[in-house]
Amino acid sequence: MPDTLALDDSAPTFDEQLPPAIRVRGYWQSVLYRLRHDPVTLCFGAIVLLIVLAAVFAPLVAPFDPYKESIIGRLKPFGWRGHLLGTDELGRDMLSRLFYGARISLLMGIVPVATAALIGGALGVVGGFAGGRTNTAIMRTMDVFYAFPSVLLAVAVAGAMGGGIGNGMLALTLVFIPPMCRVVETATTQLRALDFIEAARASGASTVTIIRYHVLGNVLGPAFIYASSLISVSILLASGLSFLGLGVQPPAADWGLMLSTLRQSIYVVPLVCALPGMAIFVTSICCNLVSDGLRAAMDVRM
Amino acid sequence: MNSLLLDTPATDPRDRGGRNQPLLIARDLLKHFPVSGARGKKVQAVDGVSFTVLKGETLGIVGESGCGKSTLARLLLHLLVPDRGELVFDGDPVNAPHGIAVDALRRQVQMVFQDSHASLNPRMPVRDSVAFGPFVRGTAKPAARVIARDMLKKVGLDPDLFGPRYPHELSGGQKQRVNIARALATGPRMVILDEPVSALDKSIEAQVLNLLRALKRQFNLTYLFISHDLNVVRHISDRVLVMYLGRVVEIGPAEAVFERPQHPYTQALLASRPSLDPARRILEPPITGDPPNPIDPPAGCRFHTRCPFAEMVCETTDPAPVAAPELSSHVASCHLRDPLSGHSRLGRA
Repeated sequence: MPDTLALDDSAPTFDEQLPPAIRVRGYWQSVLYRLRHDPVTLCFGAIVLLIVLAAVFAPLVAPFDPYKESIIGRLKPFGWRGHLLGTDELGRDMLSRLFYGARISLLMGIVPVATAALIGGALGVVGGFAGGRTNTAIMRTMDVFYAFPSVLLAVAVAGAMGGGIGNGMLALTLVFIPPMCRVVETATTQLRALDFIEAARASGASTVTIIRYHVLGNVLGPAFIYASSLISVSILLASGLSFLGLGVQPPAADWGLMLSTLRQSIYVVPLVCALPGMAIFVTSICCNLVSDGLRAAMDVRM
Repeated sequence: MNSLLLDTPATDPRDRGGRNQPLLIARDLLKHFPVSGARGKKVQAVDGVSFTVLKGETLGIVGESGCGKSTLARLLLHLLVPDRGELVFDGDPVNAPHGIAVDALRRQVQMVFQDSHASLNPRMPVRDSVAFGPFVRGTAKPAARVIARDMLKKVGLDPDLFGPRYPHELSGGQKQRVNIARALATGPRMVILDEPVSALDKSIEAQVLNLLRALKRQFNLTYLFISHDLNVVRHISDRVLVMYLGRVVEIGPAEAVFERPQHPYTQALLASRPSLDPARRILEPPITGDPPNPIDPPAGCRFHTRCPFAEMVCETTDPAPVAAPELSSHVASCHLRDPLSGHSRLGRA
């Protein structure tokens, strides 16, 4: 039977060879494109950016020394002698303390989540890709942590190790490892069954190479989306720890701690006392909304 | 079709045993999968399969869904490790002392999978998917990209137009072409095609089959072509192997198997093809019922539960492979063909 087709190197012979109807756009390019056309996410993203900038440049933008106390200037209302947002129970400037507090809150929000994403993600990829007993061992260990409510676990760990920023972050990291691990493990397990992993193995790639080139790129998206949604939870939990005296210690400026020490004065200057709570609320809700926007933008059918 | 003997392809420097040595010999390959939840029960996916693949030929493998075709393909590449049995590639036993390592085998044998979409990384431009094989084999990234460009051209895709695209931006036929390019990028001598055209519509199927044929000649390849589509297999194969429930029931030259099928199962399979001629319409279904459960396959000949010629001997004794009287390369495992079996309707059907 004669071949109906003659191929040579120079001229492709198929009539499928039409110019692409859509512009070729990479994955991250298309995510950026969607984000740029999402005003809500952009708006809340701008607020988060402002908070981050305020935290980073706190020494430059703070009008007063956040630790400078004043006997006569205690619990003053908004605008008293240049204190735009009033003063706290020791006469310290609230605005400056809020700026400095943003540093600790963001640190406690991002560092534990990032660490947990690395550790939990690595465990999840290994467990999901290895399967079998390795996977069972890792996931059952995670289930043990799941048995505790996250707040209780954080309080228990921080309480057992004592207060301080470091121990607080460690406690939060431990809280976030199991859910990160589970998300990544699920994504990896789904991938492992696909033919392109088998094709990569058939072309002689080692497990490490396959994970590096074929698994990580596909797991990164879901892991990133989930981690970004954990940041607000982490900020809230960190504030809760500080409120209970298990996180940052006085006189450090921290939103949770400020909320705790100001709560007795709620009837004297109610608006000033509510400020740290509002800061926590605004930051976490903005983080959540940005995370939602990211999920929508990254949820591209591939 | 049998152009094998007419053109003399240039000898491959990797060729060790010469033209007459089979490229791949599978001896008594066996793979049983444990059934989760049922202790001791096993799915007998591939149960003692032996055959040879000659250099430069296309060996077609046909059979119903679930007969072990895809498992067999994965065993041949050691993507699944056989429980028992031996593979010999160009004279070297695979994964044995003094033999050829699995890694070295995979340099010479590649595979194209049925699901053209799932076999491409969704987050990778297709040119990188093609370049991945050479890159893994130690080619520097820029050189691997050059190979990828070249391979995309060879499968009829413009590398500038399609190379930067992602799999979801390509049609099924284009994706399967990319998969073929990916399989050929490492320069294999043999390609296992696991239902490469089953998911494509008919017009694209013909294009891809012709492409496969052209590439086979160009790169001096040997194909193992797995399909459930009898017409496609006949169109492309030099020899055909028929599988039923994890076993080989018949193997022989395509012409002989399709014109003078020896095994009742092959006869039933061929008779079940829809006919375009109203005078030859099928009045009764040639084969009824589902294949038996491979967890608990029938004793003796595995086809006896559905075979119109089944007798006592078929239920008790495994049939031995017997060559057809007029063609020694045409072998069927059926008591009807074995003079020593004692079957009462010897030679019928």
